[in-house]
Amino acid sequence: MSTIKPEEVLIDVVLRLIAGARHVAVGANSPIPAAAAFLAQLMSPDAPSVSLQQSPEHNLWTDGGRELFDSAGQGRIDVFFFSGAQIDGSGNINLNVIGEYAHPKARFPGAYGSAYLYFMVPRIILFRLEHSRRTLVEKVDFISAPGVSPPNVFRRGGPIALVTPLCHFGFDKARARFRLETIHPGHGLDEVLDNTGFAFDRPEHVPETPAPPAEMLRLLRGTVAPQLAAIYPKFAETVFGIPVAAPA
Amino acid sequence: MGKIRDLDSTLAAIADGTKLIIPADYAGVAMEATRALIRRGVKRLHLVTLPASSLQAELLIGAGCVATIETSAVGFGELGSAPRFTRAVLAGTVTLKDATCPAIHSALRAAEMGNPFGALRGIVGSDLLTVRPDWRVIDNPFAENDPIVLLPAIRPDVALFHAPLADRDGNIWVGRRRDLFTLAHASAKSVVTVEALHDGDLLADEVMAAATIPAFYIEAVALAPRGAWPLKMGDLYGEDTQHLLDYIRLAQTEEGFRRYLDDQIFRRRAA
Repeated sequence: MSTIKPEEVLIDVVLRLIAGARHVAVGANSPIPAAAAFLAQLMSPDAPSVSLQQSPEHNLWTDGGRELFDSAGQGRIDVFFFSGAQIDGSGNINLNVIGEYAHPKARFPGAYGSAYLYFMVPRIILFRLEHSRRTLVEKVDFISAPGVSPPNVFRRGGPIALVTPLCHFGFDKARARFRLETIHPGHGLDEVLDNTGFAFDRPEHVPETPAPPAEMLRLLRGTVAPQLAAIYPKFAETVFGIPVAAPA
Repeated sequence: MGKIRDLDSTLAAIADGTKLIIPADYAGVAMEATRALIRRGVKRLHLVTLPASSLQAELLIGAGCVATIETSAVGFGELGSAPRFTRAVLAGTVTLKDATCPAIHSALRAAEMGNPFGALRGIVGSDLLTVRPDWRVIDNPFAENDPIVLLPAIRPDVALFHAPLADRDGNIWVGRRRDLFTLAHASAKSVVTVEALHDGDLLADEVMAAATIPAFYIEAVALAPRGAWPLKMGDLYGEDTQHLLDYIRLAQTEEGFRRYLDDQIFRRRAA
């Protein structure tokens, strides 16, 4: 078996976090979640439905883009994924601006569906491929979607985990804090502490993230990677060496 | 005059200052029409995206056609951010009304129904509420202590989109691209480009009719084969990823962007 890539470890962590879900939806620009969702379809006894928001060929929707939000509003979607330019220690995510909103230092594409889905989907998995004090901050500059809400605000979901190239955090809703669950092979606690801008809880001994099983890697590289290439050509090229195809 | 026209006459409904709504990449983006609008030099558009956009909003903004954009996101997903959109927001040369996807759906659905506003869960506690003073939080009148957000209806002047088929009467077959129904219903007029013309009546067959926008919503239609290029068109053709990567690289500078416009938009017309 060739060297395991960091992305493959992340995909395996996400695969375990979505276990048992009936319907997994994946938004724009989420190749790692999409890979995990496709794997879950191949590997789980009760294969979940998987819907890729931006890809009509890979979703179950027949009523347009709004059907994802309508379904989520009714509780029909179990898992969704978000990233953020910044993610803070209370689970707030920022997809909009760095700096003052009126005169930002940096601008990102926008909030997408976060300000709604973050409330409506029971299991939100956060992923951030840059684990640094720049991205994982004490407090976000702009709350695109809040990590927790007061008890009177209708909310059936929210963040359950944050997955990065270094580690996997769980999220404790009651304390509005992350808790370090596992550290990926080849990385250590000091590295996590040095590169995380927010305070978090942790057990006395932090276990190592288990390596992806051989069967998972076989399916990922053999079956899922070509599927991903059609949707996330840049990711498939970088991670699996599949060249960007000319348009049909 | 029939509804099937040449591209420039079809786009006559889009004037300077028009409130124009456009779909996301998965639903059918009228890129050939967008290039024609840029060649014509349309100005001061109030652009609304259902709910996000990539190259279409990016080019219109970069070319100076847009005064205001209301959107949930402008970007190229995993390929990168939208350089001219980003630049314009940082420089303050475009007015941005930041939104979230279901808020735009809800505000358009209100317009489809002729209602003054839509209501939506979530959002409470997001800073979007601070930067969108036109969004209001009320207490659900049917419950106790239950805040909920109201969104004013969005009623665009014109919807612009690309679809697979039109018949001679101007009925538009959209397949499962249901967002295009929302655009057509909510907007005063729709202008459409299509891959092909259909001989016969799209409303005559129940299977086709179920996915057909009736002509009474449609102002004009132009034939534009591969009219979504370099974006994808569902099952018909994929996105031209290499073109988009080349664009993103060029558009990092204003000069590179101008070169792209010259090569791909102003010169293509002569070709």
